[in-house]
Amino acid sequence: MTEHEQFADDLALHALNALEGEDRAKLEKHLATCSACRLELEHLRGDGALLALSTLGPKPPLRARQRLLDAVAKEAAGSATRARDARATEQPRRSWWGWLGWAATAAVIVFAASLWKENSALRQSLASASAQTAQAARELDDIRRIAAPIIAPDAQRVTLVGMKTPPQPQGKAFYLRNRSNLVFVANNMPALPPQKAYELWLIPMQGAPVPAGMFKPDVHGSATVVNPPLPAGMEAKAFAITVENEAGATTPTMPIVMMGTGE
Amino acid sequence: MKSGDQSAMAELYNRYSGVVYAVALRVLGDTGAAEDVLQEVFLQLWRNPGAFDAARGSLGAWLAVITRNRAIDALRRRRPETDIEDVILSVAPDLAGEADRSRAAEKVRGVLGTMPTPQRSSLEMAYFEGMSHSEIANKTGEPLGTIKTRIRSGLMALRKAFQS
Repeated sequence: MTEHEQFADDLALHALNALEGEDRAKLEKHLATCSACRLELEHLRGDGALLALSTLGPKPPLRARQRLLDAVAKEAAGSATRARDARATEQPRRSWWGWLGWAATAAVIVFAASLWKENSALRQSLASASAQTAQAARELDDIRRIAAPIIAPDAQRVTLVGMKTPPQPQGKAFYLRNRSNLVFVANNMPALPPQKAYELWLIPMQGAPVPAGMFKPDVHGSATVVNPPLPAGMEAKAFAITVENEAGATTPTMPIVMMGTGE
Repeated sequence: MKSGDQSAMAELYNRYSGVVYAVALRVLGDTGAAEDVLQEVFLQLWRNPGAFDAARGSLGAWLAVITRNRAIDALRRRRPETDIEDVILSVAPDLAGEADRSRAAEKVRGVLGTMPTPQRSSLEMAYFEGMSHSEIANKTGEPLGTIKTRIRSGLMALRKAFQS
């Protein structure tokens, strides 16, 4: 009997929270080091969920809906008040999105500050100042264009996630359709074979997937794609990622390794 | 759903409150207690929508399992044993619609109907009454190993029915 077989019955009980005592302690120790058994535990929980999902009964009373929505509204009002109070005295909440927005804003501010300083010095030399100011303005414009899809409230935000392979690869696409701006940020991406790269695809509402940039993750699995060439005004149904030859492809090669629709 | 989106919450309630309430009522057998669990489950989803990982299964199945766990905790008058973020499951059908759920319920009842009574009872005692394997063994007077094997093979029979 293999170690996995030894734990097979206990896994089923554990999935139902019905395993106790020494058996549970032994299994949890094994689970800490065995991804195959962790995956089987997820499947067994899913098997148990079929029992729950198939339970039939009367609908909840109408008052239950109103009770919940009242509670939700009360919490929402409370959190809005707390947020207002917190803004005066506390650091902003650093969610993933918030961090990106603040980072992008900070980049713009820092860059603008350096631009101002540079321009002050350059007043002494009008000819070179003109050239450098024009260059700086172009760069500032670039940064603004990069930041726009991240911080614009009307940006379409799409999260792409990998399937069942910890640590989870994750990609976030920020797409401004009316400006054809796209910023894509990925984390925990698996390393690629030699001569291969990831290719990002915009899946339009109609028609074939459109290439939206190639990228290779760094040693930490992180990667970005910023404003790849895209057809003007194309509405995105989803974004997807495939593995392609470094030169890129015009049609995706299966399988799709990550995919996400709008949030 | 992002935190703060009340209309999304209302939509999710419309879609999944039936299954959540049915599971809570099946476990608790009391409409008031079931309503409290219904409220608690949706409020947890509202407060922490990120706890559900869409890559790991359907929202309907996840809510059903969260509800079952919370209802068992309420039944046994104990503090919640599992954080909702730790409930990770893999299951194919979503069964948000009443018609889908009716068909699935019929299929599950069909599978349960083919099981020997002691096996079906063991599975239901574990799932809907929250009994541990040793409590089931004590109640039925059967060996622990037999109870373990029955529960696992019962779950496998359900899996097989939904794979085919």
